[in-house]
Amino acid sequence: MASSARTSEHSANAPLSIHDMTVAYHRRPVLWDIDFDAPQARLIGIVGPNGAGKSTLIKAALDLVPRVSGVVSIYGKPYRQQRRLVGYVPQRESVDWDFPVNARDVVTMGRYGQIGWCRPVTRRHRAAAMEALDRVGMADYARRQISQLSGGQQQRVFLARALAQEAELYLMDEPFAGVDAATEQAIMAILEDLKHAGKTVLVVHHDLQTVSDYFDWLILLNMRIVDAGPTADVFTHDNLHKTYGGKLTLLSEAADLIAKQR
Amino acid sequence: MNGLNWTDTDTWIVVVGFLAAAACGLPGCYLVLRRMSLMGDAISHAVLPGLAIAFLVTGSRASWPMFLGAAVVGVLTAVFTQWIEKIGRVEATASLGIVFTSLFALGLILLRMTADAVDLDPDCVLYGAIELTPLDTIALWGWDVPRAAVVNGSMLLVNAAFIVVFYKELKISSFDPQLATTVGVSASFMHYALMGLIAATVVAAFESVGSILVIAMIVVPGAVGHLLTDRLSIMLLISVVVAALSAALGHLGAIALPPLIPGGEFIDTSTAGMMAVAAGALLVLAVAAGPRYGVVSRWIGRLRLSLRVAEQDILAMLWRTEEWSGGAQTSLNRKHIMEALALGPWSSWAVLTGLARRALVRQDAAGFSLTRAGRDQARDLVRTHRLWETYLARYLHVPIDQLHLSAERLEHATDERLQKALSEKIGSPRLDPQGKQIPPARD
Amino acid sequence: MMTILAIADHGLQWPDAEQFLRVLLMRDYNTRVVVLGVSVLGLAAGVVGTFMLLRRQALLSDAVSHATLPGIGLAFMLMAAWGGDGRTLGGLLLGAALFGVLAIFCVIGLTRYTRLKDDTALAIVLSVLFGLGIAFLGLIQNMQEGNAAGLSQFIYGKAASMLAVEANTIFVSACVIALVCTLLFKEFTLVCFDQGFAATQGWPVGWLDLVLMVMVVGVTVVGLQAVGLILVVAMLIIPPAAARFWTDHLSRMALIAGGLGAVSGYLGATLSGLMTNLPTGPVIVLTATFMFGVSLLLGWRRGVIRRVAAHVRLVRRVGMQHLLRAMYELRESGDDPIRIGRLMMKRSWSIRRLKRLLKRAQRCGHVQAVSDQSVRLTEQGLAAAATVVRNHRLWEIYLITHADIAPSHVDRDADAIEHVLGAELVERLERTLAVEPSRAPPSPHPLAGAAS
Repeated sequence: MASSARTSEHSANAPLSIHDMTVAYHRRPVLWDIDFDAPQARLIGIVGPNGAGKSTLIKAALDLVPRVSGVVSIYGKPYRQQRRLVGYVPQRESVDWDFPVNARDVVTMGRYGQIGWCRPVTRRHRAAAMEALDRVGMADYARRQISQLSGGQQQRVFLARALAQEAELYLMDEPFAGVDAATEQAIMAILEDLKHAGKTVLVVHHDLQTVSDYFDWLILLNMRIVDAGPTADVFTHDNLHKTYGGKLTLLSEAADLIAKQR
Repeated sequence: MNGLNWTDTDTWIVVVGFLAAAACGLPGCYLVLRRMSLMGDAISHAVLPGLAIAFLVTGSRASWPMFLGAAVVGVLTAVFTQWIEKIGRVEATASLGIVFTSLFALGLILLRMTADAVDLDPDCVLYGAIELTPLDTIALWGWDVPRAAVVNGSMLLVNAAFIVVFYKELKISSFDPQLATTVGVSASFMHYALMGLIAATVVAAFESVGSILVIAMIVVPGAVGHLLTDRLSIMLLISVVVAALSAALGHLGAIALPPLIPGGEFIDTSTAGMMAVAAGALLVLAVAAGPRYGVVSRWIGRLRLSLRVAEQDILAMLWRTEEWSGGAQTSLNRKHIMEALALGPWSSWAVLTGLARRALVRQDAAGFSLTRAGRDQARDLVRTHRLWETYLARYLHVPIDQLHLSAERLEHATDERLQKALSEKIGSPRLDPQGKQIPPARD
Repeated sequence: MMTILAIADHGLQWPDAEQFLRVLLMRDYNTRVVVLGVSVLGLAAGVVGTFMLLRRQALLSDAVSHATLPGIGLAFMLMAAWGGDGRTLGGLLLGAALFGVLAIFCVIGLTRYTRLKDDTALAIVLSVLFGLGIAFLGLIQNMQEGNAAGLSQFIYGKAASMLAVEANTIFVSACVIALVCTLLFKEFTLVCFDQGFAATQGWPVGWLDLVLMVMVVGVTVVGLQAVGLILVVAMLIIPPAAARFWTDHLSRMALIAGGLGAVSGYLGATLSGLMTNLPTGPVIVLTATFMFGVSLLLGWRRGVIRRVAAHVRLVRRVGMQHLLRAMYELRESGDDPIRIGRLMMKRSWSIRRLKRLLKRAQRCGHVQAVSDQSVRLTEQGLAAAATVVRNHRLWEIYLITHADIAPSHVDRDADAIEHVLGAELVERLERTLAVEPSRAPPSPHPLAGAAS
């Protein structure tokens, strides 16, 4: 009914614009009516308690889990037409690290979209992959099989793969999970560089202590967007209490009942 | 039935089939739960070299050495698989594949070496010869009973006894092996005991019914049970029933179906094959019509849910119309309701008829209006809706123009208890965020 | 029927030298085609199997191969019913392929729409469809044109008596499969490694999956004639699993798997051509199994021997470092020479283990015996011990200052990590901590056993 009025509020060319998105796993809603625009050239943190649907938000935006409703657009056009512009860093546990590839091979995968169907990987693309590895400080480990890398190094390889894509918008799922302090600093430095180059970066994050240092924009999430905006405005005691305070028990009870409905 | 003549032989075939299937199905339930279903596949292929070696060593087709040889190789399959998985770090199913194909290949070559002397035929291992089992009888308390019935029957008893005696231990070590070990149940002992039992069952069964039917009977009854219930004891019972049904239906299918095929040249087909097919058919039935996890019941559930949502929407709509007109009783015609709620002709008819039958709405010339009971229910629904709107606005800062849709989704799932908790949480306000009155709760 | 060699009815017969050479050098046209066909099949199976193994779906092909039997039976009956020749190869293979694809959809459907797990789904599809196949074969035996004997060769394979036309079919299809895998190598790699990422890049993950499955069905169906439906799955599993021991590189793994598959195919086809009545399929499988065993032991990358050796080396190095550190710390607290009893108290060594460690340290020239009951670090041993202790303490300090770990918890952690500490990291620690190189800093926590 009021949807036409609401759409007009969305800026036409936001790097990522999610409109009225609801996601359910096994019929249990995990995200309700997500609605927001990501501003250009910002480091955006997605923060919330366990089970708040942070990873799901990213995956649903990328069509990796089905949406019940909602529209996602990238720079004003549907995601499907804009895939080239989006770089994705999945959680480290999402792949089998015993897989017989080395660090450079993984990073080269970021270029496959540009290489195209059936064409072999050429020297140019390998060079680009090495460059991306170098940016994350992993050039010395290019030939290592990926299971021989430490957790932090594996995360850097994933980051390098997204860099090799040369995207405009980056979505990162817990890039700091299980990573040592030095790697965390190194990754942050790269994210800052991306921001200064005009890229937009969304990061799922769980460490509240570093939020205000790392991000200039924030999405507080607990099944719904509790608040979103510049970190200084949003990162308040009151909001955090709303996000983490367990006040949503009623909402999650309702979700359980919806899942049970038949 | 055109020319179907059922004899004692047929009865015995079904009995042997049932005994073999039930003996396989009971331990099979645990394989299904432990995600080790393929172990049955592997062991039943891998016993071949055990048979061949037993024959080469003893030079006879006597039962006991064969039984022993096959059982040993069956357990070895489990052991080798574990070794390759642990030592070689090969993925579990792949190492299973390596072990059983290699053993089967070895068995085929060994059999070929003995082929001069004896009719140990790999075909027989695969298909079995259940049709011939009633011919080979032994005397038991003055009765002539097929040997296969005695063998499989005793195996069934052994398996049932094992499960009864170790019920707790099997349950806990299947559910959580580490917990089992900490409470003093050796998970690895239970694992190998189960594997040994499976191997023995396979060996006892495949001589009469063939190894493929053995695989089907290890997995399918347990799988059917898993689809139909969440309780282990009932799952075991269901597996026995499925075993019985597939034995009976399978044999019936083997002798009754082929004559029905046009052309008239078909008389019968393999009973073992048809038993596997019958088991498969039962599984399809369980997938389709299972009460909780079945596709049909889920579909019906979804249909009923959407009807209920439409029902509630109609009630609330009628109530709101009355509210606008200041409490006067009003009627809406069906076309109006259909358009406002985007309902199809069929569903609006079904829902309105249902509501009228339960005396929640009444129909007159002007259209549909609320009865007294209907008004009570409708008021409750609107109350829930407006309570949710208040909650969402207050705690989640949902913008006013989005409130209605979000509350809509929640209200249909809200029960009495949740409504009460909601009202307490927001302190029983009188007005909702849009300034509309929240109707009071029913007493 | 032109066959490689006349087949005697029973038992194994050894070939004479002339036969041996004829087959080995593939002098007959027919032999040549059959051996080439089966070898190329082995190659294609190795490559396709590599991807299936890495997707952890190695046994999917088992369900596919068993499911081909009803396809063959149904195709036979239909072709016979329409008045054709029931044994037309193309029709039979088409039926087999259709049922293979059906099996894959059944497995996917069962796992997606029911609560059954994939192992159960595989076992169900495999056994029920094979049972259906047996039922069809039972029907065929009733037919006048009947005689299912021609069909049972699909269960066990019959490379030795294969016609040139059939071998050609195998050769051409295997080449096509190998070609497709080469062309889509990059795409298959991506889909096997990281489906989610592949999807975000816009690759049609579902379609690529389907193509891979069709390749599996292709190998299985084509392999039916050569090795039979029960054993064709081995050609898809064993060579790739063996190849994994030799390399950490996917393209090399696929090449090695293809090579091993080809060699098994070649040996299987020639041996069964040479030795009358030796079945082809089992020989191929056992050859592959033998190579798997060799790879398991000797593989450069993940072979057991290499891994055990590496482990033994690590245990020895750790033991030596523990000894040197213990002696260094005792020496710091004034014990010189060091009594063996004191050393034993320092760590929970058994007397036998300590004696063995000391003997090895003496052989390296790190330690010299002063008397029966006491030992002393040599000049060289002292230098080595100083390095070990320095690394250890640097790490401790690093942990304390950087990771907020309470000092009392450091020792055990440090013990484990110290031994994998590379020179590069030590340098970095030194820079971070600005500690004078090559001098052991004082221990940040009181030393156990040094209190007296």
